[in-house]
Amino acid sequence: MIDKKLVQHVAQLAKLEFDEEQLNKFTKQLDEIITMEDQLAQVKTTGVAPTTHIARQKTSFRADEVVPTNSQEELLQNVPEQQNGLIKVPAILDNGEE
Amino acid sequence: MDYFNETIDSIHQKLVAKEMSPQELTQATLTNIQRLNPHLNAFITVNDQAQAPKEIDTENPLQGIALAIKDNILTKGMKTTAASRMLANFSPIYSATVTAKALNAGMINIGKTNMDEFAMGSSTETSHFGITKNPWNTAKVPGGSSGGSAAAVASGQVLAALGTDTGGSIRQPASFNGIFGIKPTYGRVSRWGVIAFSSSLDQVGVLSRHVADSAHVLKAISGFDAHDNTSSDSPVPDYTKITPQVKGLKVAVPEEFMGAGVQAEVKKQIQLAIKVLEQNGAIVDTVSLPHAQYAVQVYYIIASSEASSNLQRYDGIRYGFRAEDVHNLEDVYVKSRSEGFGDEVKRRIMLGTFALSAGYYDAYFNKAAQVRTLIIDDFKKVFADYDLVVGPTSPTTAFDIGSRIDDPLVMYMNDILTIPANLAGLPAASVPVGFADGMPVGLQLIAQPFAEQTIFNAAQFLENEINFLQQRPQIGGQN
Repeated sequence: MIDKKLVQHVAQLAKLEFDEEQLNKFTKQLDEIITMEDQLAQVKTTGVAPTTHIARQKTSFRADEVVPTNSQEELLQNVPEQQNGLIKVPAILDNGEE
Repeated sequence: MDYFNETIDSIHQKLVAKEMSPQELTQATLTNIQRLNPHLNAFITVNDQAQAPKEIDTENPLQGIALAIKDNILTKGMKTTAASRMLANFSPIYSATVTAKALNAGMINIGKTNMDEFAMGSSTETSHFGITKNPWNTAKVPGGSSGGSAAAVASGQVLAALGTDTGGSIRQPASFNGIFGIKPTYGRVSRWGVIAFSSSLDQVGVLSRHVADSAHVLKAISGFDAHDNTSSDSPVPDYTKITPQVKGLKVAVPEEFMGAGVQAEVKKQIQLAIKVLEQNGAIVDTVSLPHAQYAVQVYYIIASSEASSNLQRYDGIRYGFRAEDVHNLEDVYVKSRSEGFGDEVKRRIMLGTFALSAGYYDAYFNKAAQVRTLIIDDFKKVFADYDLVVGPTSPTTAFDIGSRIDDPLVMYMNDILTIPANLAGLPAASVPVGFADGMPVGLQLIAQPFAEQTIFNAAQFLENEINFLQQRPQIGGQN
């Protein structure tokens, strides 16, 4: 059973936040979805290996060679805030006091 | 210029014979898109600067052919948004391998098509850039998530478009729009530069009115790519060498695909198409895929879990939307994500984060991964005796805009017939075979790994025999 407390906990893990109205909506919808997911419990899976990828290609080694890659200018092209070629972010710990 | 009924081959002949110039063709395509986009909203970005080649190489049928590209596939220097506010102004600094391969083959990137946000949806209603409409009836959805690509092709704006398919996002819109759409084998096409949703399921494919046109484009974009370790180095066959016949073809119809959830009129059209296969020498049997009934449950755990991990990168720091009025770094993450993502994306991130979280991992993620193994095994058993698995692509035809968007469970169930092929990494396509209640119905064709040619051959046979392409949609088709 999914309740608001659990949804808030998951939101925190996912770095999302919801207002009260959204929280109610998401709790109801996620509860319905998880109830549907609980049908999986009907399937006997004792001893069945989980499939986590389906790549048929064998991974292989490659030479450790230096190759040209994107320039600093290119890589900064989509950065929302920057200064002197560096990515700018707010203070990590405090609430904005300089 | 009317190119609605042309194919890549027929256009190529006209270009070579100088009956039309590449410039005229490109201009006609842009004019057509500009005329239809206000009605259908199939494109997020139109490439007004598209350059036609000056000369046509007689050996290269793709040269000068316009390609519409789904907006989750990177195009260097051209906005690529995944139909999300999060990436509304994102300009890629490199192109996806599929983009580069198509352009190297001479195709023209004519524009970027609308889709469900981050390819999460079955109706193209979750796009930040508005709904795409179905050219057969503009009150209906085009399906999704590659709804823009499908509508652009069905209305005759382009001969071919690229889409991506994680749980049916090429095949279901192809079915809803009365066109052909193929999702190749997992690994056939590189995923490098394709905005990641669910990495163990995502695959790029092609949509076109004519089967042979998809064969041309798939041939061009397939192959091993050192940037994607899951891409396959098995040789790419010449898919354009199509043999349109089904004599002796062993066809399996899973009883689970023809169950009560399938609309009666849809089922009737599918049965008629299967009869056509049988009357022309195919050997048709009913089989069982006993775990297919759990495909939706498995999919929404696996796809959402992978999505919750893949979408962690959208944190407002290096690219994408950054919220204003933030006071610390945690705020940047939380507010940028909460304001940048739409509801369906948030629902999937939440579901995935839940399924992977401590205390729930075994009951949900691991359980779904185990049932996935059982679904794969079911297919292996059937393919030991058969060449092709067929059934409906979707349980219904295109539904009304707005009718399902508030009910995620009903929307998710729409994918029940397409998801199994993704879970097993199999090539699968949808080919139009008729109408139910005035809207197109698609037959799904699923083959063994790397047996795309079997699909092209059977689909071309059905295209020739059923002659669906003589139908014209309400919007487009009269250019």
